[in-house]
Amino acid sequence: MSKLTDAFKNQKAFIPFVAANDPDFEGTVNNVVALAKGGADIVELGIPFSDPIADGPVIQAADLRALKADPDLPMDTIFDMVKEIRKQTDVPLAFLTYLNIVFQYGYEAFTARCEELGIYGLVIPDMPLEERGELAPIAEKHNVDLIPLVTPISADRIEKIAAAATGFIYVVSSLGVTGERSEFANGLADLVNRIRKVTDVPTAIGFGIHTPEQATEMAQIADGAIVGSACVNIVAEYGRQAPAKLTDYTKQMKAAVNANPVR
Amino acid sequence: MTELNLELNKNTSGRYGEYGGQYIPETLMNELDRMTKAYEHYKNDPEFKTELHDLLVDYANRPSLLYYAERMTKDLGGAQIYLKREDLNHTGAHKINNVIGQALLAKHMGKTRLIAETGAGQHGVATATIAAYFGMECEIFMGKKDTDRQRLNVYRMELLGAKVHPVTSGSMVLKDAINAALQDWTKRVDDTFYLMGSATGPHPYPLMVRDFQSVISQESKKQLKEKTGKLPDMVVACVGGGSNAIGSFANYIDDPSVQLVGAEAAGKGVETELTAATVERGSDGIFHGMKSMFLQNKTGQINPVYSISAGLDYPGVGPEHAYLAKTGRAQYVGITDDEAVQAFEYIAKTEGIVAAIESCHAVAYVEKIAPKMRKDQIIVCTLSGRGDKDVASIAKYRGVDIDE
Repeated sequence: MSKLTDAFKNQKAFIPFVAANDPDFEGTVNNVVALAKGGADIVELGIPFSDPIADGPVIQAADLRALKADPDLPMDTIFDMVKEIRKQTDVPLAFLTYLNIVFQYGYEAFTARCEELGIYGLVIPDMPLEERGELAPIAEKHNVDLIPLVTPISADRIEKIAAAATGFIYVVSSLGVTGERSEFANGLADLVNRIRKVTDVPTAIGFGIHTPEQATEMAQIADGAIVGSACVNIVAEYGRQAPAKLTDYTKQMKAAVNANPVR
Repeated sequence: MTELNLELNKNTSGRYGEYGGQYIPETLMNELDRMTKAYEHYKNDPEFKTELHDLLVDYANRPSLLYYAERMTKDLGGAQIYLKREDLNHTGAHKINNVIGQALLAKHMGKTRLIAETGAGQHGVATATIAAYFGMECEIFMGKKDTDRQRLNVYRMELLGAKVHPVTSGSMVLKDAINAALQDWTKRVDDTFYLMGSATGPHPYPLMVRDFQSVISQESKKQLKEKTGKLPDMVVACVGGGSNAIGSFANYIDDPSVQLVGAEAAGKGVETELTAATVERGSDGIFHGMKSMFLQNKTGQINPVYSISAGLDYPGVGPEHAYLAKTGRAQYVGITDDEAVQAFEYIAKTEGIVAAIESCHAVAYVEKIAPKMRKDQIIVCTLSGRGDKDVASIAKYRGVDIDE
């Protein structure tokens, strides 16, 4: 069974995100280890892209910081970060990046390295269902799940996307780009129910979640919650002191996703 | 003018060999699908075609002239040079052909708000113009660097009733404006139509833009036949994203005797980092919704690009151009800033035409190649736009101090 699917077993999952090379090599390793220490069920590691069209200002800024620090930022450097991370934790890891990064490294070589280093999944916002065919068989061969995104306006695409999914399904909470929000789209429960009719693959809601209350609310609807911009903000604000803060935040959010909602 | 043939392109799959596709966030997929279906429907709809035709004729001032550049021909001493005068269109560039088509489609789809990206401002002005014509809301995304250097066009768009958003993310130029427009679209797809300015982006944009711009070669083919009874030996157009070039090529692709040449912006030189010559310097990649050729580093980060021409200042090229380049059906050549500026001055002095600096990349290639061709051979060169907007920057390039 998929290691990512496993992370949802018997509990709600909390999935935080940080960007690689933000602030630097060592900082990335420390941040991911800190998230794992706080109880993250899966950690999403963002591979910076010059033009992250699905991301809001916070993650865009993180990508730019990361690339400013190292304009070339070779994929092999990021794989080396994962190697270091793997010396300290076996937390399930997934990459979030844009397809061009994977394409340039080569689909075969990229997913082979993922398998070798224990990257169990890829979230690629600019690879919709119709375009996953060029990567899917190669990823499958290397036991790398391609995590699809489902949105509040996916409509009749929901079942098709769900049927092809492995690992988990990323449910986009609302329209637009990533970033903290105070409100989410209506009908998320219906959306998750439609997915559950088609597949047992777990669901996690992301885009905009930052408070424990929101995490509790979203984890009532789905099987987990994904938090990106809020974690990236901690990294941006605290720099070298970020790991301790990330651990605390993760503990709080992890408790929140498994808390009973206040009615 | 005969009606525009929107059926020229038999391949409606959105793939051009391995290029093309729809590499775009899930949020936009249903909308792109609706757009594709609407376009496939309306391009066969007699009422839509009549409306499009009437707008092209009565509003955009089509057909544009195919003008025999006699002085240039004599001066260069080789092939006969014909200029396709898209600079004489309403709003002063070929951009109007595409915005009329897409805005009409938007109207039929029930959309009330148009958004668009713009580099130098030409596509933004054309979109603002058509939005005013149709009484639609209009918001234009433009890199902060471009709003600063093209203040006149910003004011023009505002005059036409559009709201201009200066984009401060990334390198604050055209590619960032496209990112911002796509992001805005993901927030609001129900009433909004993203009117893409070039033959780039996810399917169906490259197909639609090519079809709407193919009016250029539909006309030039007919006009040249009337004037000379012949096909051209060569068609030359400038290429940024490649909309005027694909429109200039479209009706000749199946005529193997017609050589197709795209003039790319080499900036300070193809071998330098200050270039926008995507086909010569770029490599295959996936960006802005398409698999195509891009200027990028080894990791796949998209490079900043440079050209004196804001309209060619784009790190990619439309997927059909990538395909034409790969198969060898079209050739792409780099023209430097220096060569384009020289051509700007040359065509002004020899023909009395102030052409856009973008178009002057094509003119510069004609200057190079025409003398090497026989006198019975014919070149059709597209003047994609007029050059009034460039006068100040050319003066600056030459170190001449003028009041704007």
